[in-house]
Amino acid sequence: MAKFIAAKIPEGPLEKKWQNYKDQAKLVSPNNRKKLEVIVIGTGLSGASAAASLAEMGYQVKSFCFQDSPRRAHSVAAQGGVNAMKNYKNDGDSVQRMFFDTLKGGDFRAREANTYRLAQCSAALIDQAVAQGVPFAREYSGYLSNRSFGGVQVSRTFYARGQTGQQLLLGAYQALLRQQAKGKVKIFNRHEMLELVCENNTAKGIITRNLVSGKIERQAAHAVVIASGGFGKIYYLSTLAMGCNASAIWRAHKKGALMANPSWTQFHPTSLPQSGSYQSKLTLMSESLRNDGRIWVPKNKKDARNPNEIPESDRDYYLERKYPSYGNLAPRDIASRAAKEQIDNGFGVGELKNAVYLDFAKAIKDLGKTTIQKRYGNLFDMYEKITGINAFKEPMKISPSAHFSMGGLWVDYDLQTSIAGLFAIGEANFSDHGANRLGANSLLQACVDGYYILPYTLQNYLATQIDKPKPAAHNQAFVDAEERVKKQLQTYLNTNGTKTPDEYHKELGKLLYDYCGLSRSRKGLTYVIKEIQKLREEFKTNLLVLGDTYQINSELEKAGRVADYFELAELMCLDALNREESCGAHFREEYQSDEGEAVRNDDDYAYTAAWEWTGNPSQPELHKEKLVFKNVSLSTRSYK
Amino acid sequence: MLGFSSTISRKYLMAITGLFLCLFLVIHLLGNFQLLLPEDEAQLQYNAYSAFLSGNILVKIIAYVLYISIILHSIDAIYLSFKSRKSKKTRYRYDARKRASKWYSRQMMLLGVILFAFLVIHFYDFWYPFKFGELTLDQQGNKDLYQLVIASFQNIGYVAWYSVAILALFFHLLHGFFSAFRSLGLYHPYYAQIIKLIGVIFSLLICIGYLGIPIYIFISR
Amino acid sequence: MPMKLQLKIWRQKNSDDLGKFNTYELKDLNPAMSFLEMLDTLNLQLIKNKEEPVEFDHDCREGICGQCGVMINGIAHGKPKNITTCQLHLREFKDGDTIVIEPFRAKAFPVLKDLKVDRSAFDTLIASGGYIGVETGQAPEANTTPIPQEIAEQAFDAAACIGCGACVATCKNESAALFVGAKISHLAALPQGKAEREKRVLNMVNRMDELKFGHCTNTGACQVECPQDISVLHIAKLNYEYLRAKLKK
Repeated sequence: MAKFIAAKIPEGPLEKKWQNYKDQAKLVSPNNRKKLEVIVIGTGLSGASAAASLAEMGYQVKSFCFQDSPRRAHSVAAQGGVNAMKNYKNDGDSVQRMFFDTLKGGDFRAREANTYRLAQCSAALIDQAVAQGVPFAREYSGYLSNRSFGGVQVSRTFYARGQTGQQLLLGAYQALLRQQAKGKVKIFNRHEMLELVCENNTAKGIITRNLVSGKIERQAAHAVVIASGGFGKIYYLSTLAMGCNASAIWRAHKKGALMANPSWTQFHPTSLPQSGSYQSKLTLMSESLRNDGRIWVPKNKKDARNPNEIPESDRDYYLERKYPSYGNLAPRDIASRAAKEQIDNGFGVGELKNAVYLDFAKAIKDLGKTTIQKRYGNLFDMYEKITGINAFKEPMKISPSAHFSMGGLWVDYDLQTSIAGLFAIGEANFSDHGANRLGANSLLQACVDGYYILPYTLQNYLATQIDKPKPAAHNQAFVDAEERVKKQLQTYLNTNGTKTPDEYHKELGKLLYDYCGLSRSRKGLTYVIKEIQKLREEFKTNLLVLGDTYQINSELEKAGRVADYFELAELMCLDALNREESCGAHFREEYQSDEGEAVRNDDDYAYTAAWEWTGNPSQPELHKEKLVFKNVSLSTRSYK
Repeated sequence: MLGFSSTISRKYLMAITGLFLCLFLVIHLLGNFQLLLPEDEAQLQYNAYSAFLSGNILVKIIAYVLYISIILHSIDAIYLSFKSRKSKKTRYRYDARKRASKWYSRQMMLLGVILFAFLVIHFYDFWYPFKFGELTLDQQGNKDLYQLVIASFQNIGYVAWYSVAILALFFHLLHGFFSAFRSLGLYHPYYAQIIKLIGVIFSLLICIGYLGIPIYIFISR
Repeated sequence: MPMKLQLKIWRQKNSDDLGKFNTYELKDLNPAMSFLEMLDTLNLQLIKNKEEPVEFDHDCREGICGQCGVMINGIAHGKPKNITTCQLHLREFKDGDTIVIEPFRAKAFPVLKDLKVDRSAFDTLIASGGYIGVETGQAPEANTTPIPQEIAEQAFDAAACIGCGACVATCKNESAALFVGAKISHLAALPQGKAEREKRVLNMVNRMDELKFGHCTNTGACQVECPQDISVLHIAKLNYEYLRAKLKK
């Protein structure tokens, strides 16, 4: 039943593919560009950089974000850094190595050509950011500084203190606003996309809701770019912002865009644990803490002593025990899973027994408090702000948390979805990270998609639209879509049940954490699919949203997002159930070695699972994009 | 106004006129110190000094600059505070913002009004009689401003009002001095710190100087 | 131990509405709860009682996006210094306390509903010149121009602004000098920003006046309430840059 789908990867050797593509891509002459309109949804790094770059080329851009300003997009929260192949350290870095690291980090479940292009375009990004005024860390000499990040052996991570995402985003945001001042970009803040409008399987525009006036608006364009980020917030508790949602991609999916590998979610090992049922998010603490912190749990489940009073002999440094060579620096997926194992087995610490200790006592003793203060001072401050605990005196309590969606809208080499004229960039697409993303690669992918890839590939598409009639917002497709949206919003208000969107979201999130989170099993997934279906039915009849649609109504916004999550959640479970192997972030309990390590099945599952909406959320249709590896040999990831 | 269209330009004007007035405060104080000389000597010297000031063309020019400074400083202050006047809608019903700044930095207008009132009275008390009034002449034939001053400073009510005004001046300077430098763009952390210190010392010295004279005269005569 | 709090919250239907305070009681609060989670809890309680929930802006809830921000007992982002509203926790309050919550108020920041305000004036300010006009593809190799470490660090100190608007909300004159100063200072410090240096500051200052932001009287309150502790010396830098640009013109 599964159909094969084509990624349209250009011919030629790996290192020439992108150049070949660019050499042959269709162009649009400058005087034609101003006649072509593009909609960009989302103003994070990928959205803002794409919108700015397209406007600079001369296209008319409409840029949408649900926040009060484009600068709020959640790229702003990325702490660690951005990878780029500059080889400034002269330590043997190369495009080939970066490509291989990324592919291996993703457990060989990404497209070779895409990953290679990511590495190829990385260097230019640093040039661009520096020119925009991004204050990257520098050496005394004035040259750019680097550090190394998990999973690689070279220093290729550029950073701006612990606020790299913020600084890169501000660069892109400022470029975007510059184009706004020039009249090339129209910014629609506090607007949410509620529907994709297609004619003949070609994207023609969107329907949006003005979140202040409540007005439903039709927006037509020659192409639509979705840059709405990831959907880790589906787990409710996550490192994502409260507003992060799947609605843009999900509504595109329901119009025919395929969703690829939706179940692949990265769990970040060092976030703060939940402290109560009221909790709304789990704050991320930079992974760099694991460079000096030691992770442990008490050997005795019932040990209620203060952590400082537990002697060494009663502590289990389980990462050091299980992965002697990488120890506390094991990759994210492995560290997260190991923590979950301890917590599940009852060794968790803290009031809710849902955390593990991250201990700096030894580092403070060996290196001195000053050094630790210098390295992690701001993180310790942040920890104290949130928990009220001084980590110099007491170990931190950390736990894994939903973080990054490797899955997303399926796109071809052009970053075009299976709907013509609909493109997906950044975290919203599934693209380059395979089954697990390496640290500091997400900022990179967002920027590279927006600055360097989309401007070429979108132009290649727009060149075919010059002589077509301009999409018109008064067309029947728009009228119908607007009606549907209005009706749907009214339905949420009319249900008048007893539970709020947040309550449903929390329940759904808990189900996903437990059964489609860090580890999954056939039994659990089969069970949870039924539970999700039940909850979804209940949601339809028992939702409680007050107010009306003609004003600011956050609850109404949430209702739509949660409704989409309910459908997406089931697809995630179906995807996880379908993939009978363990790879990267996807760990199926049935497929593990005797030592509990992931066992990949390259013979049967070296493909991207791209799901098609059939109208019934429980019966999506699977398409397989076979992953062909010509330039690397598939090896087993080992961090022992 | 020419070249002073933006609020920042207006602040430059405030700063420049303010600093000029600071300079004047020093000169005026130095003149006043002559009041502390032994009585006979003080009378002759102070009156001679006053006569010199009113006759010299250079001093006259400076005096006009001074008048203009006072007027510009005041008008500009009124203009700026009118511009930032709040509507009822933007006022907090519950306001604890004061913890973030010094009271006198927020009350520069009030302090300024006190100082302006003082200046008007000061002019009326001394400048006007000296310029246009009938004053007796001293031994050297100069108008005897000295007697007028001493007489005023022996009046407790006058000394009290004078002291209030000088205290207002102290706080006005405490904020105004460094603030003027900041408005003019002194952004270097080290020098900004030095200026802040100089500002405190300056304000203190001016305050002690101006307060000391009437109090000394009140007590000693 | 569970806490009880009384909340006096500003309720305003829309920008035309006059608005008023409503008082609410919350019981069984956990001191480890964040301030915004307390508002979530309140909203849940309100919705269950069929009352309209309180609208407030928030997004990342980790102090970096700049979207949250209210006046808490008359102080922008609440009493602890250098934090955003989302980083405030109930352990800062005492059991039985009354908390007054108002929106950020300024002529340039009209209230949209309840605690939500429109801060798009900040975007307008950036659009008037707060950028380096480099287009994608024009950038030279990054290490061609070394930037001394201390210059890069100074630029960063200014660039760390999260655009929350606490400075404007706190300023007695509703001045945006710290916001503009930080951007001017950030871009003027870097060699890349030099070409547009004069144009940038002239345009941004003019726009700042047009947008009904007040002037700066150097009270220094903005830095005290700034979540990122952005120094008021950036305002001095703004004044310097403006004077320089004026004199050059």
